Amino acid sequence: MKTVGGVGIVGYGAYIPMNRLRASEVKRVWGGSGTPIEEKSVIAMDEDTITIAVECARYAVRRAGIDPQEIGAVYVGTESKPYAVKPSGTVVAEAIGATPHVMAADYEFACKAGTEAFQTCIGLVSSGMMRYAMAIGADTAQGRPGDALEYTASCGGAAYIFGKKPARTLAEVEGSCSYVTDTPDFWRREHEMYPRHGNRFTGEPAYFKHVIGAAKELMGELGTEAGDYKYAVFHQPNVKFPIKAAQTLGFSMDAIKPGLIVPFVGNTYSGSTPLGLAATLDVADPGDRILAVSYGSGAGSDAFSLTVQDAITNDRRLEPAVSRFVDRKRYIDYSVYSKLRGKIIK
Amino acid sequence: MSVPRYWRETKYRYRLIGQMCAQCGNAGFPRSGVCSACGSVDLEEVKLAETGHVVTWTVVRNPPAGYMEYAPYLVALVELDDGVRVLSQLVDIEPIKVKTGMRVEAAFRRVKVDGGSGIIEYGYKFRPLIE
Ligand SMILES: [Zn+2]
Repeated sequence: MKTVGGVGIVGYGAYIPMNRLRASEVKRVWGGSGTPIEEKSVIAMDEDTITIAVECARYAVRRAGIDPQEIGAVYVGTESKPYAVKPSGTVVAEAIGATPHVMAADYEFACKAGTEAFQTCIGLVSSGMMRYAMAIGADTAQGRPGDALEYTASCGGAAYIFGKKPARTLAEVEGSCSYVTDTPDFWRREHEMYPRHGNRFTGEPAYFKHVIGAAKELMGELGTEAGDYKYAVFHQPNVKFPIKAAQTLGFSMDAIKPGLIVPFVGNTYSGSTPLGLAATLDVADPGDRILAVSYGSGAGSDAFSLTVQDAITNDRRLEPAVSRFVDRKRYIDYSVYSKLRGKIIK
Repeated sequence: MSVPRYWRETKYRYRLIGQMCAQCGNAGFPRSGVCSACGSVDLEEVKLAETGHVVTWTVVRNPPAGYMEYAPYLVALVELDDGVRVLSQLVDIEPIKVKTGMRVEAAFRRVKVDGGSGIIEYGYKFRPLIE
């Protein structure tokens, strides 16, 4: 889908909690053969998806330098809502001062809920329904103790404010594409604390089919190829998958390296692609093209083709870079982790 | 805190909005309805600075009911860059590393959780400035 009227990102913000659990610590407790990443981020006792969403939303508003009253929508994409019933978006909208004339809702689509909200926001500002729209991808993901996902399921998020010219954009969205099928690769039923996954489903028929499918479809429509992009971001559930997706599509390691934060942060689920894109915007220069492709189990991918604008040179320095949050850390052991994540019955 | 009281205070606790005296210009937080300097009740809302420095601090090891799971935690008197003093929890730092005068900023956190089925109260806490 090609965009119309110069739609783009007018501000973005990232947030990652400072606790880190080393993968070697999970291995020490549960055994296992290897570790898929170095370490993952873990919330503090007083953090959740809403607090993460508010932190990155505040940074996005400040970076954009806009009046929050002009934000017409606040969507929080997550699979770890603090309330089963009570929107997270209303708390975020209230905290940034966007209420009361604002649409607010939570989006759900495993790890692509955040980029699903990107699509909606692009439509809302393109149509002229509102001046600015905010999409957030944030999660405090959990894996069953000892499960492969426990090594990687982590916490963090990023917020994006979309607007249309003459608004000052940091990166213009040339086009986007969604690729969705009914695929049972990962799910969590109501009242269950941890998700289940169909092991053999998680690779080819799930992640790769949708990520590659969305990327190829979008590049085909825009008439672009891998060589036209300076950078690329692919959903990062582990280190292997995004690298393999990049190789399959013809992207170099240099293209994906700035956005590949999973080794030090883990899989932030709905925050994963938005955070990877933020880390890439932190280093990109005007004129650079970026391809960003999310993946959400269930399953689907959203692909976006962006061209970085002149405003990035100044605006990326205004708020903390993703690397600042990656470096800001405090190690915890498995017992503190168990307390923080509610795994201890009192 | 009751749900109605939490609801009445959300805007002020989420966005750090205090009171400014229309008579003498004295600002304060939280809102009390009376100017602490001149006693006037002619007050306006004022958005306070979100950065400041630690004036003094202490560690709470035996907290009141409802805050047990956060203990031990830090409480600091923070002087905001606009001069207003705010009493707040200090997060994302170990007690041994806190120093008087250190730069801090407002963070958005859970303040209190009413069991497994009640309301989750959110609000400001302070943390070391992330630059
Ligand atoms: Zn007064």
